[in-house]
Amino acid sequence: MEKRELTCIGCPMGCLVTVEMENGEILNVTGNTCKIGDTYARKEVTNPTRIVTSTVMIEGSDFTRLPVKTASDIPKSSIFAVMEVINHAHAKAPVKIGDVVIKDVAGTGVDVVATRNIA
Amino acid sequence: MKSYDIVIVGGGPAGLAAAVAAKKAGNDSILILERDHELGGILNQCIHNGFGLHTFKEELTGPEYASRFIDQVKELQIDYKLNTMVMDIAADKTVTAMNREDGMFQIPAKAVILAMGCRERPRGALNIPGYRPAGIYSAGTAQRLVNIEGFMPGKEIVILGSGDIGLIMARRMTFEGAKVQCVAELMPYSGGLKRNIVQCLDDYGIPLLLSHTVVDIKGKERVEGVTIAEVDERSKPVPGTEKFYSCDTLMLSTGLIPENELSRSAGVDMNPVTNGPFVNESFETSIEGVFACGNVLHVHDLVDYVSEEAAKAGEHAAAYVKAGREAASAEEIRVKATGGARYTVPTTVSLDRLGDLLTVRFRVGAVYKDAFVSVYLDGERVTHQKKRIIAPGEMEQVILKKEQLTAHTGLKEITVTVETE
Ligand SMILES: Cc1cc2nc3c(=O)[nH]c(=O)nc-3n(C[C@H](O)[C@H](O)[C@H](O)COP(=O)(O)OP(=O)(O)OC[C@H]3O[C@@H](n4cnc5c(N)ncnc54)[C@H](O)[C@@H]3O)c2cc1C
Ligand code: SF4
Repeated sequence: MEKRELTCIGCPMGCLVTVEMENGEILNVTGNTCKIGDTYARKEVTNPTRIVTSTVMIEGSDFTRLPVKTASDIPKSSIFAVMEVINHAHAKAPVKIGDVVIKDVAGTGVDVVATRNIA
Repeated sequence: MKSYDIVIVGGGPAGLAAAVAAKKAGNDSILILERDHELGGILNQCIHNGFGLHTFKEELTGPEYASRFIDQVKELQIDYKLNTMVMDIAADKTVTAMNREDGMFQIPAKAVILAMGCRERPRGALNIPGYRPAGIYSAGTAQRLVNIEGFMPGKEIVILGSGDIGLIMARRMTFEGAKVQCVAELMPYSGGLKRNIVQCLDDYGIPLLLSHTVVDIKGKERVEGVTIAEVDERSKPVPGTEKFYSCDTLMLSTGLIPENELSRSAGVDMNPVTNGPFVNESFETSIEGVFACGNVLHVHDLVDYVSEEAAKAGEHAAAYVKAGREAASAEEIRVKATGGARYTVPTTVSLDRLGDLLTVRFRVGAVYKDAFVSVYLDGERVTHQKKRIIAPGEMEQVILKKEQLTAHTGLKEITVTVETE
C-alpha cells in the first residue's frame, strides 16, 4: 500500500490529507475536514493539473516580453516540457489578450495564449 | 492647467476601480495621475494566475485583471496622464505633479483619492553586518526583471522571507531553470497564502524553513552562498544550527509597506499599525474630501478586495463633490480592534453616510486555531463566528447590517476581537 500526504488548498486551514492507494486505486482519504479536501486529494493523486504562466519574447514593440499562459490546465508532469517550448517561442506585436501564441503546446492539446494587449 | 472634480493619485487596480465607480456615480470630471508609463500598477509584473476569483469568478493573471479595468477607463473616457509623478497634495486639495511635457503643474481638485499602492521594505531589513555583494535583490525587483525585462538574476537562489512575492518568485525561477535552495522565514508561520506555499514550494520540493534566518553572506563581488540558522522565540539565532547554502542570488521578500509620503505631508492622520491613513466608512481620511484605497490604505493579498474598497471610495468621492459635507446628525461611531485583531479598516463610522452594510476588514497578529471572531456593540456581543483558522497572512472581514447598528440607540463603539471561546 502506498501513502501520499498533501496539503489541501481549499481554504487557509490547509488540512494535511493522507491518501492511501493500492495499484493506482484510492482506498482511503483521511485528514480532511470537509468534502473539498477529499475531492482535491483524489484529483491530486490521480490527475494533478496546473495552469502555467510565463513570458515569451516579443518583437515590434517597446515591450520586450509578452506574458502568456496555458489556455487551460495541463498535466503537472508536462510543466517543464511546456516551459521548454515557451522559452523558444516568439511573438510579434500587435497582440491582444487571448491571441494564440503557441498551438497545442508540447502535445498537451492546450494552446498558449497572450495575457496582455501590446499595441 | 484644467481643474478637475476628482484627482486620483496612482493608476493601479485601486485607482482604476475608484475612477470607474466615480464616473458611474455620475461624475464627469475625473483625472488619474500615474508615474509609470502604463496603467495597471503592480499587476503588470504579476503574470501568474489567481486574480479575480471573487470578482469575475475566473482565475485571471495580473495583466488580464488590470486590463478589464483599463478597458473600462478607456470606454468611459476617463482622463489619465502617464509618466506623471505627483509631488504634493495640499490641504486645500491642490495637487502638484510633474511630467516631461507639462513640467511642474498644479490641479485644483474638489476631492482627491489616494491610490499609491505600497513598496517593499527596504533592504535594511536584512540585519547582517558586512559586505553587500552583487546578487541581492528584493523579490519585487527580481519579479520585474524576470517578467517585464526578461532578465534572469541568477541560477541558484535562496529566498529570505515567505511573503507571497517570494513564494511566487520561487516557482517562477524554478520554471526558468534556476534551482531554488530554500525559503527561510524568521517567524514560526508564513506571511504568505497557503495556496502559494503548496503550489509554489511543495509542488517543486522547495523547503520552507520556518523560524530561520540568514546570519551570514559569503562573497565579496558576488554572492557565493549564505549561512542560515534557526532562531529562538526572541528571533535570536541559535548557535550550532548554522547551515551553509550555496547560491548566486539572495532574494528578500520581507514585506510591503504602504507608500504614504504624500499622505503624511498633506497632513492626513496615519494609523501606526497599518502605516496607512485612518479612514471612515466612506474611505475618507482625516482630511475632508481626501479618500484612500488599495494597498496605500492597508496591504492586501487579494486584489478583489482592493477593487471593492476602491469602488466605494470612488462612489463616496463623487457623492462628496455633489453634496459636500452636511453636518452629521450624530457623533461618529468608533471601530476598535482588540484581543488579537491588530487593526480595523475603517476606524470610524457615520450612520448618515453608511449604505446597507458595513464591512470591517482586519488582520490578526498570530495564528489562531478554532477561535471566534466576535463583534461587540458597546459591550453587547452581536457576532460570534467560529473559524477553524485565522492567520496573519490572510485578511479577515466581518459584515454588519446597518439595521443592527441603528437598532442599538446611542451606539458609540464597535469592537472587533478574536476570542478562544
Ligand atoms: C508579487 C505580488 C503578487 C500578488 N499576487 C496576488 C494574487 O495572486 N491574487 C490577488 O488577488 N492579489 C495578488 N496581489 C495583490 C494585488 O496585486 C495588490 O493588492 C494590488 O495590486 C494593489 O493595488 P493598488 O492599486 O493599491 O497598488 P499598485 O498596484 O501598487 O498601484 C499603485 C500605483 O500608484 C502609482 N504611484 C505611486 N506613487 C505615485 C505618485 N506619487 N504619483 C503618481 N503615481 C504614483 C504607482 O506607480 C502604481 O502604478 C499580489 C501582489 C504582489 C505585489
Ligand atoms: S479539507 Fe476543507 S477545511 Fe481542510 S483545507 Fe481543505 S477546504 Fe479547508
